[in-house]
Amino acid sequence: MSKEIVIPFGPQHPVLPEPIHLDLVIEDEKVKQAIPSIGYVHRGLETLVEKREYPEYVYLAERICGICSFIHGATYCQAVETVMNVEVPERALFLRTIWSEYSRMHSHLLWLGLAADAFGFENLFMDAWRLRESILDELEATTGGRVIQGSCKVGGVRRDIDGETLDAMTTRLDGFRGELKEISDVFLNDSSVKGRMKNVGILPAKEAYDYGAVGPTLRGSGVASDARMLGYAAYGKLHFKPVVEDGCDCYARCAVRMKEVYASIDIIKEAVQKIPDGPIEVKVTGKPEGEYFARAEQPRGEVVHYVKGNGTRHLARHRVRTPTLTNIPPLVKMLEGCELADVPVIVLSIDPCIGCAER
Amino acid sequence: MGYFQMTKTVVKALIHGPSTIRYPAVPGKRTPISRGHVTIDPSLCISCGMCMRKCPANAICVERQEKTWEIDRFRCHVCNCCVEVCPVHCLTMENTYTAAATVHEGRELVPITYVKPEKPAKKEPEE
Ligand code: SF4
Ligand code: SF4
Repeated sequence: MSKEIVIPFGPQHPVLPEPIHLDLVIEDEKVKQAIPSIGYVHRGLETLVEKREYPEYVYLAERICGICSFIHGATYCQAVETVMNVEVPERALFLRTIWSEYSRMHSHLLWLGLAADAFGFENLFMDAWRLRESILDELEATTGGRVIQGSCKVGGVRRDIDGETLDAMTTRLDGFRGELKEISDVFLNDSSVKGRMKNVGILPAKEAYDYGAVGPTLRGSGVASDARMLGYAAYGKLHFKPVVEDGCDCYARCAVRMKEVYASIDIIKEAVQKIPDGPIEVKVTGKPEGEYFARAEQPRGEVVHYVKGNGTRHLARHRVRTPTLTNIPPLVKMLEGCELADVPVIVLSIDPCIGCAER
Repeated sequence: MGYFQMTKTVVKALIHGPSTIRYPAVPGKRTPISRGHVTIDPSLCISCGMCMRKCPANAICVERQEKTWEIDRFRCHVCNCCVEVCPVHCLTMENTYTAAATVHEGRELVPITYVKPEKPAKKEPEE
């Protein structure tokens, strides 16, 4: 006769780099139920908005997460700019798009490496991270920071990239695409990768939608939903189509991320072609009054920054809903009925960023 | 799907040598705009306190009376904000990393040679 037992999983775990704790109710090696608990890394960033003036808070918004830092900063700026009716110059919007896509590429390559590590493919892990390094170099050469770019500000961006550098970047991206092909073949076709991820962590399209999944978790279930379709920043002027896979399992999510890296290369190349000349920032004066929800697509899914100004230099409220937070209910759903050995891969498949989820 | 898919990569890696650098024997990569640490030219500073007011991490303390400019390297998160706001451009962002330090060494106090500019003499109202 089988007996139910509870296994604590986390918060410190060798495979997952994130402090999430799960109580797994196990029966015969099968997970019957997973009870998540978060709250190990709460930093109180949202309260700081009352102590820092809104232009300085961009730096803090960027530090919500170390991976999607640029997009956090850009989304916050987008929210404040809308509240204050600031018209951001075209060139700044294109530069934001280019940097956002570079961040997406480095985040996805980071995740692909971690996934390879989770299913025990060390060589692939190192190869993915070696490629990621070249993207980080690109970011450092254009913004001055490898991980925290700090190049967004309310009213535009702080640094320009000149035409020559942009052209050199696209040339390097062509070479990068060739190198990426080597690892993407392994991720998409190798039997050991497929064996570990196919039919693991099933999340049907309807459930993904109902439980509020976002990002690659949702697109891996066959729902074409992407905040970039809203056309914020310069996405409205580029040909952009969301990447969708309908496998509904971990493998589909992996494939979405892999293909999004290629999509990002295309977006950057198109943006470099279309980038207009002109100023990169406008001077912002005045005090924000009003409220706005800004939405943007992060590597992990849709992020919402809510700001409320009360007519002073300090915002009254700032709230962030990060993609990981919304992906936790679908995760719990995926874990029901899976094998105990598959739990790390499934948890990783939503690309958890608990530091983001708890601010 | 074929076997030995990564053979090409493996052979390439064998010939190519390590992708990592032997830090600290080989210096780390940096670009001209990499953010390393903030330095000050004390002879230029007019102790206006702009850098102190704008620093998001409260890492700078400017004392007008004592004529000092102080930075806490452990608080500074190297955002380049102070360098941008300084009206006389006496702050610069070096692209070398700061060496490791103990808590006591983190604070750096720089005396500034601030000379109050002479006020232009008021013109006598013309009769
Ligand atoms: S360093 Fe620059 S901003 Fe700071 S007090 Fe001196 S002059 Fe002013
Ligand atoms: S670089 Fe940023 S954190 Fe450091 S002292 Fe200057 S303003 Fe403050």
